[in-house]
Amino acid sequence: MSKRADGLYWTGFLLVLALLIVAPLVLPEFWQRFVTEILIWGLLAMSSDILIGYTGMVSFGHSAFFGLGIYGAATALLSVRPPNLWLAFAYGLIASAAVALFVAYFSTRLRDIYFAITTLIFSQIFYVIIFTWTAVTGGENGLTFSRPALAIPGLFSLPFTSYTLHWFVLAVVTVSYLTLRRITQSPFGMVLQSIRENEARTRAIGYAVERYKIVAVMLSGLFAGLAGVLYAIQNRFAAPDFVYFLVSGETIIFNVMGGIGTLVGPIAGAAFYLLLREAFSRFLTEYYLIPVGIIFIAMIIFMPQGLLGFMRRRLNQ
Amino acid sequence: MELVTEVLHAIPYDQILIQTLNGIVAGMILALVASGLTLIFGIMDVVNFAHGELFMLGAYVGVVIIAATGNFWLALIVATVVVAALGAALQITTLRPLLGRDPLTTILATFGLSLVLQNYALWQFGPVARKIQEPFTGSFSIFYLQYPWYRVLIAVLSAAIIGGFWLFLKYGTYGIWIRATTQDRVMAQAMGIPVPWVHTAVFAIGAGMAAASGVLFAPLVGVTHAMGLDWVLKAFIVVVVGGMGNLGGSIAASIFISLIESYASIWLDPAQAVIVSFVVLILTLLFRPTGLFVPTPK
Repeated sequence: MSKRADGLYWTGFLLVLALLIVAPLVLPEFWQRFVTEILIWGLLAMSSDILIGYTGMVSFGHSAFFGLGIYGAATALLSVRPPNLWLAFAYGLIASAAVALFVAYFSTRLRDIYFAITTLIFSQIFYVIIFTWTAVTGGENGLTFSRPALAIPGLFSLPFTSYTLHWFVLAVVTVSYLTLRRITQSPFGMVLQSIRENEARTRAIGYAVERYKIVAVMLSGLFAGLAGVLYAIQNRFAAPDFVYFLVSGETIIFNVMGGIGTLVGPIAGAAFYLLLREAFSRFLTEYYLIPVGIIFIAMIIFMPQGLLGFMRRRLNQ
Repeated sequence: MELVTEVLHAIPYDQILIQTLNGIVAGMILALVASGLTLIFGIMDVVNFAHGELFMLGAYVGVVIIAATGNFWLALIVATVVVAALGAALQITTLRPLLGRDPLTTILATFGLSLVLQNYALWQFGPVARKIQEPFTGSFSIFYLQYPWYRVLIAVLSAAIIGGFWLFLKYGTYGIWIRATTQDRVMAQAMGIPVPWVHTAVFAIGAGMAAASGVLFAPLVGVTHAMGLDWVLKAFIVVVVGGMGNLGGSIAASIFISLIESYASIWLDPAQAVIVSFVVLILTLLFRPTGLFVPTPK
């Protein structure tokens, strides 16, 4: 990798980061919230890019990891007084990691389309459980809870404002991005990419492909769970709709629109999708999915690389 | 001994009989939906996520035709033809350009289609469930319950459609074209079979079958824009359990899973009975990842 391309990448990275840091200070209330939300959905999409873009497995079950992150955080925030931010993270991540282990163990036995269908059905299992287990999950009504304070025990404790919440989310997403980027460039990430390119050959060289796939699904599920915890903290409610497979579908739409295998592409895709939704729902209300769906199909046919696909090589350097 | 007789008395025979009937009826409808899905997959490697929406649109076309003419059978035929034509149009516009690309792109494209179709139905017909009247209301009695003849007719009609289609595949000239394309796309093309049009025709046939099952099933539950989702998920389970692209396997798996769900609903809430079929799927994946109803691969 050349020094110049490297410098270009970090300049771009810092520029975008700076824009996102300043964003809440200049944007009106509504758009402030909107940008925060884009970051959270972007993190979810980025987590699934590990599977779609780098390992070549399309997961239709990310709503399960995301939803369990939300419900895990909800449990922590409802059971402990006063609500503790870090406990919410712990519960959410443990819940989504447990689900990810379960799903990974079964679904990685299958490839391609079968993997997609199996993950889809697994996410529906969790949806049915959450929907019908009213005593614990609140069933159809979901759970509402209050937002914890941003606190480090013994040091300080501040209630979240919309500014600090945005910066907090931005910090988590940025750290996640850098971690995932580092992972994709590590030897482990290289093995994942070689599974994508040629699974049989990777196995023949001697890598335990199944084990790598299980770890990839778990890693992806863990970051999806992280997105779920952030979403719980931002919106202060959990609902079974977040576990429904349409959320997984949206995650895939973000990936395809933004460009898979780039990590930042999915965030751009989430931004693009949410902007389209915002624009179309102004005059089509809930039927915005008709034009958005058509745009999505057109992008699959005419622009399979997505918005940022042309930068793929550069972003992975 | 006493324990045995007690257990034997505790078994609800009447309910089991009725649930067996219900299971077979639901299984035949599911088989009609799933055979279209598995056919489309077997021939062009397309996992049709929009299949449930074709089922739902079929039911809505049925509602419209019945409102206009009052004739259920006319509605069944018109819905099948209209949705088959729609299927052909969708295949030409969205799936044909994807031919030769990774099969995973087709699952994404048809997922997009399903979003569009579902919201179109919501927009056009509104969120209130529509009702289709049963074409006749006779019933026969088993134990203390009246069992409607219409349900029996659904099972028979579905079996007839699947059977007719199987005969067509086996003996019809175009049926042989379809089987040839399944076996070897390139060779079929070389023999002068218009492969792209075979694809379109198969998609249309699958869509028509989904629409027919939608109309047949609508009197039992009512028609809503979201009715297709349950069915496409169930059909996915069926094609995985039955072995993807395997027509006989999907039919066997449809009846198997519907029966199990029916029996489970004697003791469980219907919403939870779905979990039983998920469990069947997990067990299948553990022990027979290629499908329950296919010969053991070498």
